[in-house]
Amino acid sequence: MSTPAAPAPHQPSPHQSSPHQQSPLSPVAPTRALSPIRTTATAARVLRQLAHDPRTIALLMLIPCVMLLLLRYVFDGSPRTFDTIGASLLGIFPLITMFLVTSIATLRERTSGTLERLLAMPLGKGDLIAGYALAFGALAIVQSALATGLAVWFLGLDVTGSPWLLLLVALLDALLGTALGLFVSAFAASEFQAVQFMPAVIFPQLLLCGLFTPRTDMHPALEAISDVLPMSYAVDGMNEVLRHTDMTTAFVRDTLIVAGCALLVLTLGAATLKRRTH
Amino acid sequence: MMNYTGNPSSRPPGEQTRTPAAPAVRAEDLHVVRGPRTVLRDLAFTVPRGRITGLLGPSGCGKSTLMRAIAGTQAKVTGTLDVLGRPAGHPTLRTRIGYVTQAPSVFDDLTVRQNLAYFAAILAPGRAAADRRREDVTRAVADVDLTTHADALAGNLSGGQRSRVSLAVALLGAPELLVLDEPTVGLDPVLRRDLWALFHSLAADRGTTLLVSSHVMDEAERCHRLLLMRDGRILAEDTPEALRVRTGSETVEEAFLHLVDEATAAARTKETTR
Repeated sequence: MSTPAAPAPHQPSPHQSSPHQQSPLSPVAPTRALSPIRTTATAARVLRQLAHDPRTIALLMLIPCVMLLLLRYVFDGSPRTFDTIGASLLGIFPLITMFLVTSIATLRERTSGTLERLLAMPLGKGDLIAGYALAFGALAIVQSALATGLAVWFLGLDVTGSPWLLLLVALLDALLGTALGLFVSAFAASEFQAVQFMPAVIFPQLLLCGLFTPRTDMHPALEAISDVLPMSYAVDGMNEVLRHTDMTTAFVRDTLIVAGCALLVLTLGAATLKRRTH
Repeated sequence: MMNYTGNPSSRPPGEQTRTPAAPAVRAEDLHVVRGPRTVLRDLAFTVPRGRITGLLGPSGCGKSTLMRAIAGTQAKVTGTLDVLGRPAGHPTLRTRIGYVTQAPSVFDDLTVRQNLAYFAAILAPGRAAADRRREDVTRAVADVDLTTHADALAGNLSGGQRSRVSLAVALLGAPELLVLDEPTVGLDPVLRRDLWALFHSLAADRGTTLLVSSHVMDEAERCHRLLLMRDGRILAEDTPEALRVRTGSETVEEAFLHLVDEATAAARTKETTR
């Protein structure tokens, strides 16, 4: 117990003016603007949690590099194929890994009761979502920088445009993955279900994004579907950087679509956070 | 170490002398629907300020739902439920209430100190408050007697220790009202005594209002005031002393059983006269 001599840091005020009218319970708090300090505090907390789990960090950083290395020698005889697939994968890796990490992390937050506790405190839903996006975005920058650096300088990935643009798309993809992970975690009651959302949400996009065959060669129905899936634009964006020296309008359009989707899904994710449980 | 000097077993001082006029919690005609069923029906009660109010009743009687409603995390609450002069769940209440759920809600992959530092930053953000936050965290860790474990991961602590971390989070920022859902469950007798000593010092020295739930009736004697609950209704609302005298019982447990029998008998006669 604290020493009895400790000064009371707070004296309860006698009481507020007459609260005795029949007041309907306010069901929702007014949505508050984002609080940058609480957002960064949340991001720092998420990173601190990860810091206690070095194996996860190592896996996050190494797996994309190992896969690229593998790919390079799988396509040993056809470097052009490695260029296309390698560049696409640079965008797909951050999306998949951030999706997995975020969906499990936020599911744990929901089931451990810390989410309920945080929402009973003066934390905005936006603060929490943005905090997660910030933390995993930072992680994605490191992951993508390692993978891009390895691919461009050591594995001879031949990009016409700037590797910085590759990094930019990779970061947006990571944010999209974080957003999707946050969103689906609301519909998973357990880690088993959360992991199953990976094939459900990611695999169709993987098949339709143009990684295996150009999107224009697909059945028109599938092409139409691939036109509305965000990963298609992530891969298109990467291929634009691969082929063109400057930022093309197609590249700008692709990145804006990916960023817009990430923002939209993040907003939907925020809507799944409820201050009151039913 | 817990070094509270007061004697926790002494009978609380007279009820009327210190109770301020406006209660910390006031409910009237309160109904709560959780999932498919109505968990709380037609509750009316008050929780006086600066006192320890025990919420007692068998498991499943609606204690946790009532606490969730007061903390503002329960949906489908109808009727009047004023907390610290505001309707429950009002945004301004979020820094004024400390709420501890039955299951410890802390981050297992952070140390005790990191847990508290994060929650403190949410309550009082900004660099200007950094020193105050550090003091607050140190004090909260000492309050729950975890100073020697401050740098241990919460996930590596025992169940009782983790629930004390959860309690420490609620003590941050010196809230006016503490809503504690079975805070002493699974703790050994020494820790239980020490926690009750902490609760009494919070009420006496800091003027904190405490609402503490329990299904262990022997904890009732440690409260200033009791709310006895059964099947989503309040059976009685009084001091432990008055309850015992009124029912002619030796203990609060007996008094509770007496009241249950009375209520059952009353329900039966109503049925037969119909």
